[in-house]
Amino acid sequence: MNKGAGVRPGAHGSPAPFDVEAVRRDFPVLHQQVHGHPLVYLDNAATTQKPRQVLEAIDQYYRTTNSNIHRGVHHLSQKATDAYEGARGRIAKFLGITSSAEAIFVRGATEGINLVASSYGRHHVGPGDEVIISAMEHHSNIVPWQMLCSERKASLRVVPMSDEGEADLDAYEELLSARTKIVAFSHVSNALGTINDVKRIVGAAHDHGIPVLLDGAQAAPHLPLDLEALGCDFYVISGHKLYGPTGIGLLYGREELLEAMPPYQGGGDMIKSVTFDVTTYNDLPHKFEAGTPDIAGVIGLGAAVDYLQGIGMEAIGAHEAKLLSYGTRALQQEPRVRLIGTAPNKAGVLSFLVEGVHPHDIGTILDRQGIAIRAGHHCAQPVMDRLGIPATARASLALYNTTAELDALLQGIRKVKEVFGT
Amino acid sequence: MSTDDLYQEVILDHYRAPRNFGALPSATAHAEGHNPLCGDRVTVYVQVEGDQVRAIRFEGSGCAISTASASVMTDALSGRSRAEVQALFAAFHALVRGEPQPAGAPPLGKLAVFSGVSDYPTRVKCAVLVWHTLQAALAGDQQAVTTE
Ligand SMILES: Cc1ncc(COP(=O)(O)O)c(C=O)c1O
Repeated sequence: MNKGAGVRPGAHGSPAPFDVEAVRRDFPVLHQQVHGHPLVYLDNAATTQKPRQVLEAIDQYYRTTNSNIHRGVHHLSQKATDAYEGARGRIAKFLGITSSAEAIFVRGATEGINLVASSYGRHHVGPGDEVIISAMEHHSNIVPWQMLCSERKASLRVVPMSDEGEADLDAYEELLSARTKIVAFSHVSNALGTINDVKRIVGAAHDHGIPVLLDGAQAAPHLPLDLEALGCDFYVISGHKLYGPTGIGLLYGREELLEAMPPYQGGGDMIKSVTFDVTTYNDLPHKFEAGTPDIAGVIGLGAAVDYLQGIGMEAIGAHEAKLLSYGTRALQQEPRVRLIGTAPNKAGVLSFLVEGVHPHDIGTILDRQGIAIRAGHHCAQPVMDRLGIPATARASLALYNTTAELDALLQGIRKVKEVFGT
Repeated sequence: MSTDDLYQEVILDHYRAPRNFGALPSATAHAEGHNPLCGDRVTVYVQVEGDQVRAIRFEGSGCAISTASASVMTDALSGRSRAEVQALFAAFHALVRGEPQPAGAPPLGKLAVFSGVSDYPTRVKCAVLVWHTLQAALAGDQQAVTTE
């Protein structure tokens, strides 16, 4: 466990109150000037910054421990294996997963979804069957299912959403049928910030005996998770959106389903024995981890969840909720600014438009004031098409953001309006 | 650093009130361009007679830079020969990338207002999308152009 992760220990070991300035000191990258202004980093839905605890864990691993895992008889290999498997256990626990067998390391949410679409999907989806997704998915939770459906001659059904960005769950329940073989839904939308009612989504599918994959890429950084209590069948996260390094993510799968699934890739580490006649696959989770994994990435992600636990996801969620409502009010009160995505239950995202100004121009003008946001379709082109807009500007929040930074964003937006004379 | 060098008044004016906007019924060729990154779309219509671009119009939607670039370009190219169009494209390309003008380059005229783009590498694609689309139209190539 990390000590001093942005908080001073309180009396009797209870967590100290959330101190955003202490948190900010943990993130070296935040302390720089961009175009002559202090950096205001509001592109956290794309990727989050990394605390020094993560950077140090990776550095330490390479300096003191680097070795391949699960195969060496020597000291360092054992140490590396312990660090890797230890991180798996802690990350699993952070997500509410009891058994490490159900926690598979992948490159990110994208690879996790592809693994399930390929390994589970191709064996359960056939001609005439249906896969259900929603209108607010990231491309990574659309394209793998499209590929599967076209290969298996199945069809993709899409749960509609309202103008506010809420999924129509009545329509979803109507879509569920004996033809439905799997449901894939985002927990939190990256383009709009909508938190979906995943309990209801999972419950309704389970009533029909249909498994559910939840894309938690944008949920894990903002919400405390208890995947077993949630009861979903698969869940994916990306480490780099959770203050960990790029190149590492996690797929949770229920053991019973994973056991029955064929491997995704073949190679070393995923086998027990190989002859030219027959190969025996390794136990879970190794069956799905062919080849040398991103060991340093796993250790870095382990340090990231330690860091987050040191602060507490409840405290982080409360801080971010305060920022979100502050930013929402500011943008809604600002003339000629339109907030896109106004579902009642949201996390982390302020997507907006400025009348008469293309989001790309908003992004450029904000950047010159040191404010990093994203402009574009956010890998969710169907969301843009549904709302009849080409793109949005998106400010997305993290635990280290402040209301002062949202004030800077508002000033930046006023500058945009000034430049464009709107 | 200010963004005024990029968003010059001429550019904003062409963005708000694009010239030569709309379809061209007499067009002999047209092509579509798309920047998937920001969703910009442009269609360029040309009426070519012999070696000369007799008329040129565009439609589409995009950011200030891409819209103004299309508007200023269509103003600048009407009546030009193919060779002049190519020479201006080479000169414009060098301008927005901050490279020296090619030897014997023609004067850029109003196109010079895009010189500020060279300080914004992420916006070069916006400025040149319509030019690439024009190239496709002139080549009689009906395939969509994309910046990616
Ligand atoms: C909701 C959602 N799902 C999936 C992804 C894909 O994540 P990655 O690119 O890390 O695999 C993202 C990333 O933007 C996302 O926001």
